[in-house]
Amino acid sequence: MTGPAIELSGVEKRYGALAALAGVSLSVEAGEFTALVGGSGSGKTTLLKTINRLVVPDAGAVHVLGEDASVAEPHVLRRKIGYVFQEVGLFPHLSVAENIAITPKLLGWDAKRIEGRIANLLGLVDLPLEVGARPPAALSGGQRQRVGVARALAAEPKLMLMDEPFGALDPLTRDALGTDYRALHDRLGLTTVMVTHDMAEAVLLADRIVVLRDGAIVADGTPGELLAKTADEGVRALLEAPKRQAERLRAKLDGAA
Amino acid sequence: MSPKLAAAFALLPEYLGWHVLLSFSALALGVAISLPLAIAASRSARLRWPLLAGASLIQTIPSLALLALFYPLLLALSTLSKASFGHGFSALGFLPSLLALTLYSMLPILRNGAAAIIGVDPAIKEAADGVGMTARQRLFQVELPLAAPVIMAGVRTAAVWTIGAATLSTPVGQTSLGNYIFAGLQTENWVFVLFGCAASAVLALAADQLLGLIEAGTAKRSARLVLIGAIGLVVGVAAAVAPLAGLGKADAYVVGAKNFSEQYILAELMADRLEKAGGQVSRKEDLGSAVAYRALAAGELDVYVDYSGTLWTNVLNRKDNPGRAEVLRQLTAELKKRDGVVVLGSLGFENAYALTMRPDRAKALGVTSIADLAKAAPKLTLGSDLEFLSRPEWKAVDGAYGLSFKAKRSYQPTFMYRALMGGEADVISAFSSDGRIAADKLVILTDPKGAIPPYDAVVLISPKRTGDSRLMGALKPLIGKIPVGSMQAANYSVDRDQQKVSPTEAAQALARQILPGS
Repeated sequence: MTGPAIELSGVEKRYGALAALAGVSLSVEAGEFTALVGGSGSGKTTLLKTINRLVVPDAGAVHVLGEDASVAEPHVLRRKIGYVFQEVGLFPHLSVAENIAITPKLLGWDAKRIEGRIANLLGLVDLPLEVGARPPAALSGGQRQRVGVARALAAEPKLMLMDEPFGALDPLTRDALGTDYRALHDRLGLTTVMVTHDMAEAVLLADRIVVLRDGAIVADGTPGELLAKTADEGVRALLEAPKRQAERLRAKLDGAA
Repeated sequence: MSPKLAAAFALLPEYLGWHVLLSFSALALGVAISLPLAIAASRSARLRWPLLAGASLIQTIPSLALLALFYPLLLALSTLSKASFGHGFSALGFLPSLLALTLYSMLPILRNGAAAIIGVDPAIKEAADGVGMTARQRLFQVELPLAAPVIMAGVRTAAVWTIGAATLSTPVGQTSLGNYIFAGLQTENWVFVLFGCAASAVLALAADQLLGLIEAGTAKRSARLVLIGAIGLVVGVAAAVAPLAGLGKADAYVVGAKNFSEQYILAELMADRLEKAGGQVSRKEDLGSAVAYRALAAGELDVYVDYSGTLWTNVLNRKDNPGRAEVLRQLTAELKKRDGVVVLGSLGFENAYALTMRPDRAKALGVTSIADLAKAAPKLTLGSDLEFLSRPEWKAVDGAYGLSFKAKRSYQPTFMYRALMGGEADVISAFSSDGRIAADKLVILTDPKGAIPPYDAVVLISPKRTGDSRLMGALKPLIGKIPVGSMQAANYSVDRDQQKVSPTEAAQALARQILPGS
């Protein structure tokens, strides 16, 4: 692929009087794992959704995988992009395997190829093969999100968009799933953009952190760069929070021992 | 089995067949119209409100009225189509019933459908968009399958309503299980009434259960349950409708009757003569007064009996009373000229509206004429049939004598007599040929001002049958042959509480009496 995987320039989005995005420009290279970080209402989810056109911007240009997103058919574009979000949204009337098969089916893959892909994906997200026949309701929260990741990966996308993907999971599962996903990202050579409000998660998983506030980017860089460069008090506080937390935790646990 | 029950069972294949055909068609049409509307309503809040409000509004119209309203509407459309395309269609019977019931079935499907589609979890809709579905794929692969159980629950409700309301299609000339109920109510044949209710209830339960299987199937995602329910439904409908195929009556004479015993008896009498003359006969009973005449003029009925005064005031809109012979003469000329309807002649008796009191009550109040009644009226309650108070005859009587009653109540004719005997009404608008007048020794109040027109029972022939010599030949011998005493006796044999006979039996007895040897 030539050029960046994602290229946003001057993207604006308003909801009534509220500016969710106030002219955001951002370029993501293929293979990068980028975290969009910010508080509630900072515009991070809106920004992510402009990439697969779940949100149509009021102004600005969005290019995804070399295509102008305002010109491409939205459903054609989305079939090339994996999308994972906090509520997962598995289809309750379909089995796990049918859920995973949905995008390949929409793309018209033959049955044999789909069947092989399902087995392959269940292995990738570390789920036993027999889970495929079950309805989503029979799975735990963590298993369900693993299926969500498998479904997003099913049609072999190069680009993955994730909106607080592990936010509703318990800490242990969350940690395991995050680590597993980062390994998949590297192994499959994916480009990933992940929205999170948890700076620790961002620092642990991402190569690059983009911080948003009031619909604008206030910091952008590797975790180390950010801590070294940023002059913004809020960003600094945000970055130091996980470190302080870890230090306090250590002190408490050591004191107790 | 009792003879009444046997008679009820004998009619079941025809009544049930029509009832099932009618309700199933209405429900299928209702689903076909409501489902796309429900989808549209779920997509657009601007459409949702008027659609749901419209469907709710239809539901507030009493179902009998809704059925009745379609008759004049279709009649007008038919006339229009006749004028512009050269052929009309039947405004009576199946079509108005189908349309009214279809409208009636829409609300639960529309409301459940819209609510169910709107209610699909937004996360699941977002996922459907996210995996790359088009709007159409999202609707058919995600939203409709998830909404299906709630939509089916709406269809079940609609089915039960439709089957119940279909009994009301009898008065607009569509045979249904309602024929048992209307005829039974009129002749106090409670076996018929109960039979009609039970048959309709069993049918509604069966349909509900089969649709319930489909609903459970969609909820449990079991294609097998859906299939079993659907097959059961199709087989049941086919089995119920099959007997109708055997009722091929392409050129049958259609004999009409309004909704009281005398009309049933006379219809049977005429039907019997037509059958003996080699004709095939189908019956349309329990018709409203106005419906019957217009249906005859439009050729949907071939023959029925009406009353000169009714036609004089209601069809010709005349308010004068030139006397019995003159009314009949002018009526015969006018109906022929206006609608092409032939008045074959008077059967020989009158069935007039007659203000009637219990003898003891009349005596105590000193009332013998309507003029006397006017003085006592403010203390009295008038009981009438369902039509009387809205008919011109009542306006004429009220105008001539100035009657202001303490209260006015309307009853089915049968219950009107009951109310008089029980003292709930002091005066009733009885019919002079009714056998109960003589049996209960009721006093008919005289009409010194001649406000009530004469009511000769006349045989009316539809324009398209005026050249039918078999019909004319079969019915002409009845003209002038039925004295009022014979008609009263026949009516009483059907209306009395003990040793009741069916209208068919009463008609046979009457025929033996007036036309011995034929």
